Amino acid sequence: MSSALLKPLPRWADVVLLPLLNLALAFVVSGLVVLAIGQDPLAALNAIVTGAFGNGYNIGYTLYYSTNFMFTGLAVAVAAHAGLFNIGGNGQAYIAGLGVIAVALPLQFLPWWITFPIAIVAGAAVGGLWGFIPGWLQAKRGSHVVITTIMFNFIAAAIMVYMVVNVLKPAGILAPESAMIAPEGRMPKLGAFIPWFKNTDVNFTLILALICLVGAYFLIWHTRFGFAMRALGQNPTATRYAGMSNSRIIMIVMTMSGALAGMVAVNQVFGVQYRLVLDYVADAGFVGIAVALMGRNHPVGILLAAILFGALYQGGNELQYVIPGLSKEMVVVIQALVILFTGAMEGLFRPGLQRIFMALSPRQKAGAIEANSVKSGG
Amino acid sequence: MTDPVQNGDNLQQRPQGAVASSAAASDLAIELIGINKRFGAVHANKDIDLKVRRGTVHGIVGENGAGKSTLMSILYGFYTADSGEIRVGGTPHAITDSRHALALGIGMVHQHFMLVDNFSILENVVLGAEDSAMLGPSLDRARKELTRLEKEYNLEVDPDAIIEDVSVGTQQRVEILKALYRGADVLILDEPTGVLTPAEADDLFRVLRVLRDQGKTIILITHKLREIMAITDYVSVMRQGAMVDTLKTSETNPEQLAELMVGRRVLLRVHKTPARPGDTFLSVENLVVKDDLGVTRVKDVSFTVRAGEIVGIAGVAGNGQSELLESISGMRDQSSGTVRLKGTPLSLEGDDGAHRARKAGLAHVPEDRQRMGLITGFEEWENAMLGYEDDPAYGKGVILDIPAAQAQARERIKKFDIRPANERLKTALFSGGNQQKIVLAREMERNPDVLIVGQPTRGVDIGAIEFIHNQIIKMRDAGKAILVVSVELDEIRSLADRILVMFDGHIVGEADPATATERELGLMMAGVTDKKAPPAREAAEGKMP
Repeated sequence: MSSALLKPLPRWADVVLLPLLNLALAFVVSGLVVLAIGQDPLAALNAIVTGAFGNGYNIGYTLYYSTNFMFTGLAVAVAAHAGLFNIGGNGQAYIAGLGVIAVALPLQFLPWWITFPIAIVAGAAVGGLWGFIPGWLQAKRGSHVVITTIMFNFIAAAIMVYMVVNVLKPAGILAPESAMIAPEGRMPKLGAFIPWFKNTDVNFTLILALICLVGAYFLIWHTRFGFAMRALGQNPTATRYAGMSNSRIIMIVMTMSGALAGMVAVNQVFGVQYRLVLDYVADAGFVGIAVALMGRNHPVGILLAAILFGALYQGGNELQYVIPGLSKEMVVVIQALVILFTGAMEGLFRPGLQRIFMALSPRQKAGAIEANSVKSGG
Repeated sequence: MTDPVQNGDNLQQRPQGAVASSAAASDLAIELIGINKRFGAVHANKDIDLKVRRGTVHGIVGENGAGKSTLMSILYGFYTADSGEIRVGGTPHAITDSRHALALGIGMVHQHFMLVDNFSILENVVLGAEDSAMLGPSLDRARKELTRLEKEYNLEVDPDAIIEDVSVGTQQRVEILKALYRGADVLILDEPTGVLTPAEADDLFRVLRVLRDQGKTIILITHKLREIMAITDYVSVMRQGAMVDTLKTSETNPEQLAELMVGRRVLLRVHKTPARPGDTFLSVENLVVKDDLGVTRVKDVSFTVRAGEIVGIAGVAGNGQSELLESISGMRDQSSGTVRLKGTPLSLEGDDGAHRARKAGLAHVPEDRQRMGLITGFEEWENAMLGYEDDPAYGKGVILDIPAAQAQARERIKKFDIRPANERLKTALFSGGNQQKIVLAREMERNPDVLIVGQPTRGVDIGAIEFIHNQIIKMRDAGKAILVVSVELDEIRSLADRILVMFDGHIVGEADPATATERELGLMMAGVTDKKAPPAREAAEGKMP
C-alpha cells in the first residue's frame, strides 16, 4: 500500500531530473566496467563525446544514427499514447525496405526528388501493413500486440532473407543484397550541400524525421484522432462511453506506428545504402523503445533522446579507434547499459525521488493521500 | 422457500441459544472502538463502534460508499485507521497488514476471488502457506487438513480439480477453505453472492450456517437485505461513513433496515410543477443484458419514458441498474431486446454504439463519472467535448479548433458554476460535484431528446445537489424525456414523476412518488413480494434463499 501513497513527481523532475539520474547511473556503471578491464573511464567518456560531437564529420554520423532513432522512437511513442506497446519497430522498419526498394529500382532513372516521396509512401505502406496486422489481431481477436509484434519481427526477418537472397539478388553478385539504384537516381547526402557534413551518411531523411516529429506533435495534441487516441490510452472505458470505436483506433494507431518505423528503411535503403541489404535496421527498433521511454513519448523528448543515442552509437564506434583496449564488444556493453538504465529501468529512481520530494513538501503528502482516496473511492 | 421473510425468521430460531450463551460469556470475537478513517476530504469511517460476538453471523449493510468496505479493510489490515482501537478476542491489536490479520485468525473472502486459475484447488489452498521450499510435504499435509476441514464443515471439493474448470460457487468455497486452512476463526465475506447463482447462494448460506454452528464467527458485508434476514444473527447498518445502528436480526425487518440504510434526512424536495408527459421518446422492449462475467443482470425489462417526464429507477445497488443504463446508452451489448428513440430502433451493437446513440439524440450521464464519464488525466476542456469531439463546433476536418473548444468550455464553466473556473486544469483536481457538473454540462448542452442519468448526485456535496436537480427539472420542462437511476431513494422520490423499482434484474413495480410511502418502496427494493409484481419475478424468487 505504501507505494500507492506516493504522489507523481513534478513535471520538471519527471522530464529532466529522472532521465539525467538514469543516464548518470548508466555512465557510472559503464565507468566501473571500463575500470575493471584496466582502462581509464574518463578518457573513454572523453573519447565518446569527441567521437560524437568533435567535428562536422562526427556530428554528421551522430545525426544519421539519430534519424533512425527518431523514427523508431516516434513509432513507439505514438502507439504508447493509445496505450499500445509496439515492440515490433524492428520488423516494421525491416520489411518496409521491400516497399522502398520496390519503387526505387524501377524508378531509378527519375530524379531523386521525384522518387523520394514515392519511396516514403511505399515504405510507410509496407511498414504500416506490418503494424496493422498485429493491430487488427488485437482489436478483433484480442491477441496482445506485445506478443504479436515480437512474432512479426521474426517473420519479417525470415521474409527479408528469402526476398533478398531468392528474389532481389541479381545474378552474378555474391553478397546477399539487391541491385544498386543507378547513380543518377540516388539521393545526394547532406554533405553535398553542407561541407561540414562531408563524407557522412546524414541525408534528407533527417529533414523527414524532423517533419515527422512536428507532425506527430500535431497529430497527438491537435487533431480529433489524436484526442481519441490519447483518450483510449488513458481510459478505454471512457472511450467506450464516448462511443469512439476502440478497435478502429487501435488498428489506425498501429498502422501509423508501423509506418513511422518504416521510415528507417527510407533512411537506410534510399538515403545511404542505395540497395537492400540484410539486417540494415541494426536493432534501431529496440533502441526506439528506450528513446520513447526516455523522451516521455513527447516529440521534443524523443528528439533529444534520439540525439543522445545517436551520439552513443557514433561516439562508441570512435571509441574503439581511440582506445584500442576497448574493443567493439565493450562499446556494445556500454550502449546496452545506457539502454538498460534509461529504458528498461527508467523507473528505478522514481520511488526514491518521490519520497524525497514528499519529505520536502508536506503539501505533496496531503495531495498523495487525496489522490489515493480518489482511486479507492471510499 | 415460499416467503423469504418467513424463511429468514425460521433461520433465527436455531442460533438463538448459541448466541445467548456466548453473549453470557461476554465473548466478543472482534471489537472495534472509535474507528476513524479519512481519505483526504472524504471521511470514510466516522467514529465507528462495532461488536461482533463469537459464533455468530454478523451482517453489515449499507449503500455503496457507506464505508463498509473501508471498515473491513481496516480490520483486515489493508488500511490503518487514523484513530481507534481494534480488539481481537478482547486484546487490543494494531493490525498492520493482512498477514498480521491472518495470524490473529481473521480471514477474508474477497468479492473478486484471488485464485490462480490454472492451479488445482489443493495448490491454491497451499499457495503462500507452504511449509518449506519443497512442495511435496506441504501438499501432503494440506491434503489431510483439507479432508478434515471438508468433513468438519461440510465443504466438499475435489482437491485435484483445476480452478478454471470448477463453478464460481466452488471457487468461493476454495476461498473459504483457504482462510480456514490458515486458521481463520473470523471470516469476512465481502458481497459474497454478487457473482453467484441463486442455487449457489443457497449453498453458500448452508456452509456459513455450518461454520457458525462449529463456532466460527462470520462477518457478512452486503447490501441485499434479503440475505441479511436469511442468514445473519445480528446486523449493523452503516450510512455515509457512520454506524447507524446494530440490531438483532430477529427483532428487525427489511423495511426498518431499508429506512436506516437510506436515511431519514429531510427530503430534498425540488420545486417542480406536475409533469405534462407528451409523446413516448424512449421505449425499452424486452431488454436482456449480461455483465462482464456472463451473468444475466437485466432480465426482460420493458418500459417507456415520455417527453416532459422524469422516470426514476429505484433499487438497491447491484440489481441490474448499471447494466440497464450501459446497455441503453450503447456501452454494453444487449443479449436481446430493442431500444427505440422516438419510435426508431437504435442500433447499439459494436464498440461505437454510444456514438450512434448520441447522434440519435440520447445523452448519458454515467453512474461512475471517474471510470466512464471523464478522463481524469485530461484537462477540463478536453473532457467538455468527450464523445462529441467530431462536432463541427470543434473545428473543421481532422484538426481540432482548440481555442473554440476552450472558449466553449469556459462558457459552460460559467453557466454551470464549475469551480475552479479554469478549463486548463486537470480534471482529477476538480471535486466530485464539479466533475459531475462537467459531465452534466457536456450532456445537457447538446440539447438531447432523451437524457439518461445514473446516480446524479453520488459523491456530490449538498450545495451542488440542488443545482443538479434543478438542471434536470429544467430539461424536463423543456420537453425532454429523462431517465434517472439512483440508489438514493430520497432522490428518486423528489425528482421522478414516475418510479420504477428494479430488483434482481426485473422491474418489480411502478409507483407514484406522490402517494407511495417509503415503506412500500423499501419493500419493493428489498424484493419482498408485492401483489402487483409480474409473474416472471416469482419464479426467480423461488430460487432465492
